Amino acid sequence: MPRDGWARWAALALAIGIPLAAAARSPLLQWRDPIYILAGFAGVLGLALILVQPLLILGALPGLPARRAHRWVGATLVALVLIHVGGLWITSPPDVVDVLLFRSPTPFSNWAMLALAAVLAAALLAATRRRLAPRFWRIGHRIAGAAIGIGTVIHAWLITGTMQPLSKALLSLLVLAAVAMALRPRPRPPRRPE
Amino acid sequence: MERSLPNRRAVLTTASAGLLMGAMGPLAPARAQTLAPTPTMRGGANNYRPGAPIVERIGGGGFWMTGTVRRAGDGAPLAGRRIQVWAHTTEGHERDARSHGATLTDAKGLFRIEMPQIVPAFGQPHGHLAYDAAHDEGGFETVFLRPVMARASDTTLNVAFVLQPA
Repeated sequence: MPRDGWARWAALALAIGIPLAAAARSPLLQWRDPIYILAGFAGVLGLALILVQPLLILGALPGLPARRAHRWVGATLVALVLIHVGGLWITSPPDVVDVLLFRSPTPFSNWAMLALAAVLAAALLAATRRRLAPRFWRIGHRIAGAAIGIGTVIHAWLITGTMQPLSKALLSLLVLAAVAMALRPRPRPPRRPE
Repeated sequence: MERSLPNRRAVLTTASAGLLMGAMGPLAPARAQTLAPTPTMRGGANNYRPGAPIVERIGGGGFWMTGTVRRAGDGAPLAGRRIQVWAHTTEGHERDARSHGATLTDAKGLFRIEMPQIVPAFGQPHGHLAYDAAHDEGGFETVFLRPVMARASDTTLNVAFVLQPA
């Protein structure tokens, strides 16, 4: 591990821990059922993992097998998205049906649909990577990654929810910066045997 | 830095145009004659409970849902019309029966019902209101509304219904 390895992990813990702790103190929680609270925190944690994913790809988190960790974190992100949507569905079915049918009145819902589709697409591409042309895999997974970052940040920003505005803004900016760094144009990496 | 100040001609033409528009106001056709009906809002009917009872107030109160009910076209106030109100509040979720209640408009077409404080849910602090033709003798078309509060800290929400005769 590089000398600043612990500092990097500590910074990540703060970047994720502070918004999580702030959301855990939200007054809105006292008026919500456990399933609604679970759905909300699945969303907050999901946003946090969308910061972790590009950092792993950038090699910014030392001491981990980054590629394998990226796969596990990706699978966890899919699970969190399903818990988020499922928990909201149980809380208020018609509101979630409206979102899925693109007829919701809330301005953040279509951004949620973009991010949802992109998470599923990224996961599907990853699961079938061996059968895909490398070029198709690369372009597809990168487009999905960009859509996940942008869609999720706008979705989260437009919501009046449990996240506290300042820590939500800081985490969102970190997510956008990390996604942009990971997706910046660069020469194609040499193919490595899996 | 050079800044251009408006010259005398610009000031005079702008001022006289403003005066002219003000003077012409009373000449505009009476808008009340063509009052358009309120359209149902997207998501307005979500978690509606048909026939929720008329109540003195919903739960412990503390928040006031107020509004007007008028007839499309001439804008006449509509008395005795049944309006159902529901929301996610400090006392329950939208789908809970205890979060719902109905009230009737008075002789001036006004309604006013106290309910628990509305809290943000599904991303916005919002209420739901319904005029349901199936539960009212007035003979107007059903309308579902989903107004969003300007601030989550607001303790009142005022809503206007303009109903279309069926």
